[in-house]
Amino acid sequence: MTVTEDRTGPELDLEAGFDRTIGADQRVEPRDWMPEAYRKTLIRQIAQHAHSEIIGMQPEGNWILRAPSLRRKAILLAKVQDEAGHGMYLYAAAETLGVDREELTEKLISSKQKYSSIFNYPTLSYADIGVIGWLVDGAAICNQVPLCRCSYGPYARAMVRICKEESFHQRQGFELLLAMVNGTDAQKAMVQESVDRWWWPSLMMFGPPDDDSPNSAQSMAWGIKRHTNDELRQRFVDMSVPQAAALGVTLPDPELVWNEDRKSHDYGEPDWAEFKAVIAGSGPANAQRVAHRRRAHENGAWVREAAQAYADKQAARAREQEVPA
Amino acid sequence: MSEEVTAEGGHGAVPTTGVETGLGEKPSRRTWPLYEVFVRGKRGLNHVHVGSLHAADDEMALHNARDVYTRRNEGVSIWVVRADAITASSPAEKDPFFAPAGDKVYRHPTFYAIPDEVPHL
Ligand SMILES: [Fe+2]
Ligand SMILES: [Fe+2]
Repeated sequence: MTVTEDRTGPELDLEAGFDRTIGADQRVEPRDWMPEAYRKTLIRQIAQHAHSEIIGMQPEGNWILRAPSLRRKAILLAKVQDEAGHGMYLYAAAETLGVDREELTEKLISSKQKYSSIFNYPTLSYADIGVIGWLVDGAAICNQVPLCRCSYGPYARAMVRICKEESFHQRQGFELLLAMVNGTDAQKAMVQESVDRWWWPSLMMFGPPDDDSPNSAQSMAWGIKRHTNDELRQRFVDMSVPQAAALGVTLPDPELVWNEDRKSHDYGEPDWAEFKAVIAGSGPANAQRVAHRRRAHENGAWVREAAQAYADKQAARAREQEVPA
Repeated sequence: MSEEVTAEGGHGAVPTTGVETGLGEKPSRRTWPLYEVFVRGKRGLNHVHVGSLHAADDEMALHNARDVYTRRNEGVSIWVVRADAITASSPAEKDPFFAPAGDKVYRHPTFYAIPDEVPHL
């Protein structure tokens, strides 16, 4: 659908209408007038969210051929396929704002747009598949559930679909870990080693502390973001502690302790220097992730062209048959 | 922090400054057309709009719609339609286009006062 902007009325009236919609906690829809900054913020956010889903297939895809049983392989395939689907829902939502997804893909493979820093860490053992489902998808769920109430309708609706599917992701990961911690000592140690590597990067997924996150206020005023980074991080820590206990693994934070006054856990400070470095592109797998995506896109060019040629030919034939004899 | 970073990635924090939004640069290559997808969740329900996708032709659009939007039996029937074939009412959700229905409250059952003691109405 072509997105048109109604600029017939004075800009002020339009802005007031937009503010009323946001103020009443109503949804903004694609053909509504919206401030340019709101549109740009959303495009950037939805695009980078979509890129995260797409790049997120790589660390897990790494283990599909080495999954230990047909059951685990089928589950992992379904999970990775879901992530592709999440990317598709989100590119569709971004397109309602007037961008073309081809253009967004170009921005991803030329590193002009980024994706979640978590996917720049490598998956070194099979236990990582379980820990990613449990912690990484778990952290993503904390971020994504409030987005189901985001002020932009198409984004909120995409998030509803995604959140329904994420529950499977987290549960299959946890179940995998339960099987491993009830296995041999070596398997149990493998789970602990994996938790040690993924815990801190998972906490970093929520972004820097609130006082170092100046853009959040505007996003919250627009109803795009509903909770601060620290609120979401706290929620994630409090959810994870009893789950870690159920697995019998230790979370690698000596400062992690229940605080009776706050009815929450106190926890240590993530290494923000590392976070910054990974975001800036010097994470363990940054270059590899983007190069792989670029290769896949370029290698698929002939398929896209062939399908287009076939469609053109079929359309031409249909036109010929329409001509009366 | 030099770059402003938020948790806006959904999956996790990504930079918000120094990132192109990519608004309005149309790709030079010819791309597959956009299709809107409608799914009937189960018998007895209407088709409902679920999203969009790109495909070279109608048949591919149907197959892609099945893979993207019905991986868990979410549908018993799918419609796909070229987005550029859709005619839509004017932009704002509340506009004069819908005004004819606005002053016809008598189309709703609650418009009619019926004594409480009258049953089955
Ligand atoms: Fe996802
Ligand atoms: Fe997921």
